[in-house]
Amino acid sequence: MNGKPLASIVSVGLSKFGKREGLYARELFAEAAKEAFDRCPKLDPKKDIEALYVGHMGESFEHQGHTGATMADWAGLGHVPATRTEAACASSGAALRTAICAVRSGLSDVVMVGGAEKMTHRATADVTEYLAMASDYPFEQWHGMTFPGLYALMATAHMHQYGTTERHLAMIGVKNHYHGSLNPKAHMQKEITLEAALTARTVAWPLKLFDCSLITDGASCLILTKPELAKKFTDTPVQIVGSGQASDTIGLYERETFTSLAAAKIAAQKAYEMAHVKPEDIDVAEVHDCFTIAELIAYEDLGFCKPGQGGSLVEKGETKLGGRIPVNTSGGLKAKGHPVGATGTAQAYEAYLQLTGQAEKRQVKNAEIALTHNVGGSGATATVHIYRRD
Amino acid sequence: MSEQAPFTIEQFYKNINQGKLLGAKCLKCGKTHLPPRPLCSDCFSKDFEWTEIPTSGKLLTYTIIHIAPTQFQSMAPYATGIVQLEDGLKLPGMIRGVPLEEVRVGMELAVDFGKCEAAQSWPQWPRYYFKPL
Repeated sequence: MNGKPLASIVSVGLSKFGKREGLYARELFAEAAKEAFDRCPKLDPKKDIEALYVGHMGESFEHQGHTGATMADWAGLGHVPATRTEAACASSGAALRTAICAVRSGLSDVVMVGGAEKMTHRATADVTEYLAMASDYPFEQWHGMTFPGLYALMATAHMHQYGTTERHLAMIGVKNHYHGSLNPKAHMQKEITLEAALTARTVAWPLKLFDCSLITDGASCLILTKPELAKKFTDTPVQIVGSGQASDTIGLYERETFTSLAAAKIAAQKAYEMAHVKPEDIDVAEVHDCFTIAELIAYEDLGFCKPGQGGSLVEKGETKLGGRIPVNTSGGLKAKGHPVGATGTAQAYEAYLQLTGQAEKRQVKNAEIALTHNVGGSGATATVHIYRRD
Repeated sequence: MSEQAPFTIEQFYKNINQGKLLGAKCLKCGKTHLPPRPLCSDCFSKDFEWTEIPTSGKLLTYTIIHIAPTQFQSMAPYATGIVQLEDGLKLPGMIRGVPLEEVRVGMELAVDFGKCEAAQSWPQWPRYYFKPL
């Protein structure tokens, strides 16, 4: 691909993330869509948008399936072909990949891609159960495994193999809460202390409350077009220059290692090759910190440091704003929140803001290349996308 | 057990209910699948034979679950982990019979068939556990 653009982002939208009482996912999606339409006055949504791809994980939350058409309906897109993608927490990362394919195939000139989830109205035990559906049923869920539990298994293995500590994990939570405090759309906009993170109640040892991402309501969307049409809609498109997606065993236990996600490594390698960039070229990254250990493993899988060095990277502040490679400037899933279906394209939203200089208090100076890393379940799906300022 | 028993997850759990840990050995490439699969993911063969899997091994990793799904709330906190059996295959499950604070990576555990509940309807199965050797 020689680093040539695969598709161009000409507009983006994000609902406020948080506990959005009294609102359905479709209404949050309409909020995100409205922002994307308002940001792009040269776009006529009804005339220009030819298809919608939307990530949505669970029917259980709202007792609502068939959410591709539902979101198209509420976004005012009428009769466009609307398709839902489901890949657990990577549902909208997979939607983004699908939307890129639609544009590159020549089938559509302009498409909308996004995601939405409404979660906070359910009891924690119910949410735990619904999210666990993204893991293996007969050997994991049936034996009492949970999502925090699966990532806790990775954390225990990483601590045992590399000497990573609970303190390293807590530092990631503290960093992402700091970043979240700078993001007016984040679910949690307040900082936490290292002590609070280390002494919080246990969810699945060694993971504690502040090691876990938030149960959040939210929606996100992007408008993509062919690179040659981008300037028709905006003077400042962001180019998608790399896209990787990979799969792995649905059961964590069948993998060779529990300290790395093979799907994420493969997806990253493909995206880097396509974009003609190396890990050291990335100026800012949004990674899938569903749990703090997931961000630490992402540093290693994406090549930001060597295997086993993730703890040291966060300890030195290299992934904090102002550091060598700021990670999760939005606050990440940890503080911005994790409405699962919306997360993949919400990460792309932050990449767009950073590359167009609109990230305000959390702006990374002169950011030219951004990366997003979206993981489904315990790593049975991973998508990695690389973006370049035009 | 009939040699014609299908190489399915349901059959795996029927075997568990009889106190047997059996995997499916591919007759073409020799890979043993635990749990069994109807299609070899390495060579795409559908020809298997049942093979006994050692029921003891070492704990590779574990967690203590405090926040449990509704169905398991009365058991929390509980230990669960992934055990590497003596032939190298891995099996996840709950660990019982060890104080939670004494669970350690590397500890020796064995499959506990003894207290399997009666089989329920599909897709629910008798549940195996791990116990200290």
